[in-house]
Amino acid sequence: MRQGTTGKTIVTAIMAVFSILFISPLIWMVSAASKFEKDVMAFPIRWIPREWNFIENFKTVWMGDVPFNLHYFNSLKLAVISTLLTLLFSSMAGFSFAKLNFPFKNGAFILLLSFFLIPNEATLVPRFIMIRWLHLYDTHASLILMGAFTIPLTFLMRQFMMGIHQEYIEAGKMDGAGIFRIYWQIVLPMAKPIIATVGILKFLWTWNDYQGPLIFLMDPKLFTITLGMQSFNDIYSTSYAVVMMAAVSAIIPLLILFILLQRQVIDGIAGGGVKG
Amino acid sequence: MASVSRDLGAGETRRRPFWTNRRKEAAIGIAFAAPEFLGIVLLGVFPLFFSLYLSFTEWNLVGGLKAIRFVGLDNYVALFQDKTFYLSLKNNLVYTIITVPVSMFIGFVFAVLIHSKVYLRDYFKVVFFIPYIATTVAVATVFSALFHPSSGPVNNLLMSLGIADPPRWLGSTDFALWAIIIVAVWQGIGYNIVIYLAGLTTIPEDLYEAAEIDGASWLQRFYRITLPMLGPTTFFLSITAIVASFKVFDLVAFLTEGGPNNSTNVLVYYIFEEGFQNFRMGYASALSWMLFLIIAVVTAVTWKAQKKQF
Repeated sequence: MRQGTTGKTIVTAIMAVFSILFISPLIWMVSAASKFEKDVMAFPIRWIPREWNFIENFKTVWMGDVPFNLHYFNSLKLAVISTLLTLLFSSMAGFSFAKLNFPFKNGAFILLLSFFLIPNEATLVPRFIMIRWLHLYDTHASLILMGAFTIPLTFLMRQFMMGIHQEYIEAGKMDGAGIFRIYWQIVLPMAKPIIATVGILKFLWTWNDYQGPLIFLMDPKLFTITLGMQSFNDIYSTSYAVVMMAAVSAIIPLLILFILLQRQVIDGIAGGGVKG
Repeated sequence: MASVSRDLGAGETRRRPFWTNRRKEAAIGIAFAAPEFLGIVLLGVFPLFFSLYLSFTEWNLVGGLKAIRFVGLDNYVALFQDKTFYLSLKNNLVYTIITVPVSMFIGFVFAVLIHSKVYLRDYFKVVFFIPYIATTVAVATVFSALFHPSSGPVNNLLMSLGIADPPRWLGSTDFALWAIIIVAVWQGIGYNIVIYLAGLTTIPEDLYEAAEIDGASWLQRFYRITLPMLGPTTFFLSITAIVASFKVFDLVAFLTEGGPNNSTNVLVYYIFEEGFQNFRMGYASALSWMLFLIIAVVTAVTWKAQKKQF
């Protein structure tokens, strides 16, 4: 579709306005987080604060009544461990389904994909009971265990590894490498792009998870950032500036991670990385 | 083993070792796939059937397994007479019917524009995608402030536009669901843009060139090439978006807790209430199976509709 550069410039300008309107709730969030409480709800909106209170708000969030840094650490811990386990299990299964031969392989793979039809939300009650049986209720281990297996991410791994030429594997075999070494020294290094994609997606989903922690955690010491946001809303319900600073603290690191790894995130989502 | 077989007479077949390379590979292959497969079976498939069993029982967790009482179809009979169930189903359907097509349509339009009509494609992609990856509960706190009935920017804006009595949004039985829908659409657009952009890049450029040579206008090319070629993308998006819409939870749990007066209660939130606030494990399991069946039926119907079309 050819088009004049003038037309393209005009559309770009209109879209630029749209994009700023679109993202304005998040700009408002940052702006409110930098203000004194009395200025937050002033109308018309003053996007750039007249008086800055960013540092005080920041201190209230990070050194105030809610142990925000602990929640932050918990989220980070859960996200990192779940991501590493997901990477391990999904790359092993992906490698096996893509590159190894065993009886009923394709049937097993299709069966695995069909299990994705089972909504996580429909198994909350039995999983809650099972986790209590295992004495894992109110532990991080419960969330890690349930976060270690993700079908769509295994699918992404397998699809990518299908694209690795069989010759690399055969060459490895010729050199006398066992299958473990082929997995570890040939396939995994070649799979770096998909490892990045799967890793960042799993990290984002775990960081953002609210339902899991809400149901499986009770002890405030174990709370994640999403539950911490809840505590914040309850304790600081009348001070929006502080709550917005908490929201900024929850979102911004993720945003930076996303902007750095946008390619991996977007390609992963476009390639079938559907949230479970 | 090798030396034994060498001693055998020439007429006999050589006995192969049991662990041939092929068998070894098969065993390792199974071992590699097993953790993921078993994990899913134990944490997905087994619980699904466990909840089917529970749905025929009554149990409030107290007294251990012995206290589970078999009640037959009672939970399902109760469910079909339960006004809150119908209300949450209705709310969920409204949510689905609005959020899915609206975010798909806006996503589609923006994707077409971003694909071929603008500079700075990567900038637009990233900006529109940010709400999709931003933590939903953090986003929810932002919107609960924006939607504040008396002092929030949204109502201030409406009042400055001359609407004297703007809605009370999250506090109103008539508007709370709409507030949630607005946030959900806002969060979902980026996902639709990204998937449509991926679809657009797969359309071969020569199709457009051939059409142009034949004198097709921009509009004709759009209707005859772009739209039909994006059919599979639209199908994929409809399935994933409809399924996701029946799982909506975070926004409701965080913003309204299903209220006011159940006006924003939805299926998963109702499961949560019954299971984890009232501890009615049997009833919550029956609700879970309704959710599973609804999602299965929706998927099957969409699948069939798609097969007829293409």
